Amino acid sequence: MNYRSNLERVLSKGKLAVTAEIGPPKGSDPDKITQKGEITKGCADAFNVTDNQTAVVRMSSMASSCILLKMGLEPVMQITCRDRNRMALQSDVLGASAIGIRNILCITGDHQSFGNHPGSKGVYDIDSIQFIQTIKNMRNMGVFQSGDKILSGKPDIFIGAAANPFADPYEFRVDRLEKKIEAGADFIQTQSIFNVNKFNIWMDEVRSRGLDRKVHIIAGVTPLKSLKMTDRMRFHVPGVDIPEHVANRMKNSGDPKREGYEIALELINDIKKTKGVHGLHITALFWEGIIPSLVRESGFLPRP
Amino acid sequence: MIITKQKDFNELLSSIGKEPVFIIGCSECATICHTGGEKEVLEMKGALEGENIPVTGWVILEPACHLQNDKRILRKYKDEVNKANKILVLACGNGIQTVSEIIENADVIAGNDTLFLGEIKHANEFEKRCNMCGDCIEDLFGGFCPVSRCPKSMLNGPCGGSIDGKCEIDSNIDCVWDLIYKRLKEKKQLQLLKIIQEPKDWSKSTETRRVL
Repeated sequence: MNYRSNLERVLSKGKLAVTAEIGPPKGSDPDKITQKGEITKGCADAFNVTDNQTAVVRMSSMASSCILLKMGLEPVMQITCRDRNRMALQSDVLGASAIGIRNILCITGDHQSFGNHPGSKGVYDIDSIQFIQTIKNMRNMGVFQSGDKILSGKPDIFIGAAANPFADPYEFRVDRLEKKIEAGADFIQTQSIFNVNKFNIWMDEVRSRGLDRKVHIIAGVTPLKSLKMTDRMRFHVPGVDIPEHVANRMKNSGDPKREGYEIALELINDIKKTKGVHGLHITALFWEGIIPSLVRESGFLPRP
Repeated sequence: MIITKQKDFNELLSSIGKEPVFIIGCSECATICHTGGEKEVLEMKGALEGENIPVTGWVILEPACHLQNDKRILRKYKDEVNKANKILVLACGNGIQTVSEIIENADVIAGNDTLFLGEIKHANEFEKRCNMCGDCIEDLFGGFCPVSRCPKSMLNGPCGGSIDGKCEIDSNIDCVWDLIYKRLKEKKQLQLLKIIQEPKDWSKSTETRRVL
């Protein structure tokens, strides 16, 4: 069987996949990407490259993905609907496929009011589900969203989507996942998990509807680096659910950095045991250096 | 209703300078918003005169967006208008332009900022309700509009930032998707939310449009 990407290969063989996030720099220095790439090389099957994450302008995800490709690392290029209309989105999908990007994660995007250009105009021409469907139709049927035909080369993309098991209305969360699968998502990367109980409730429903057999679910983990970061994520990042007992562990520890690492290891062990989970997605914000030991200690090395 | 907000008085002063002013208000939305009714026009007159700026006259158009009606009314104020170098319009963006079509010799100054098409929740409390997209799909969403009320105009469900029924952008604002979900649940119509909504056809709300 021909796999579009290494990520698809690992997932299709039923192995637990590992993806890790590499945030592009707030500047044009390519070394910032290569350095992060060097640190994490061999630790993951593919590397998510964020797209102006938290609505802060950074090096484009396309260019950053290209730098990773040159290093021999496989990118998961993230594309948000916040900054582009349907024309620019589709044009970027064609361009990404042309330069060898094979995984794209479709997200609506953090609202511009949270970032460093709150006066900008958000686009939101289409939403993430419509974007997923658009790529699927480009890939499978060779048609653009308007119905116009693609003339030379259908984009060969393994389509990803995000899921947040912790947001409200809670009862709708699995319905929304199901819509993403129906739209054409091949893999799902979840919001970082801190609340294992809530994640398990979500996964129970996912399994009971058989969705874990229709899509590859990759569970998100973020090691907490400090108390400050814990509070920031807890109170200021929309959609993140850090339960009190986790926050208290960070607060009461003499070595919060160590504690955050231990919490992440425990979470990974819980997630590994969860039926229906197909992989692990590590988002180590400004702490990429921790990824190798986290992956090693969790028994994920060497990568297949 | 078109919701407007009066501009900061000092900002208006810098646009007007010290030249004579004629003030125009509107009998409809700007009156209800308290940004350009008779009371606000007279307050503005007093404030400008307090700054030693001559006010040659004032009128409330009925409403300012009605071109032929405005022409008829303004004819009666020809002398006052001619004496003014600045026409201060306390109406919406439409009213200001309709006045500009009629009065060519003086500078038309926008006295209000036009915010949105919205609902009067309580006195002086307004909330956006419509983007005038040209293709109403509220019946799919329990009578609520995610195009105008979701800051990301999401058509296939709430984003990951909806918490306790509130929007991630502003915790004072209801997440419209939470309202949609609850309403459709009550009506046992949640299956509507399982349908993937296709991208909207924005050509139906072309930016330069005309309806006869």
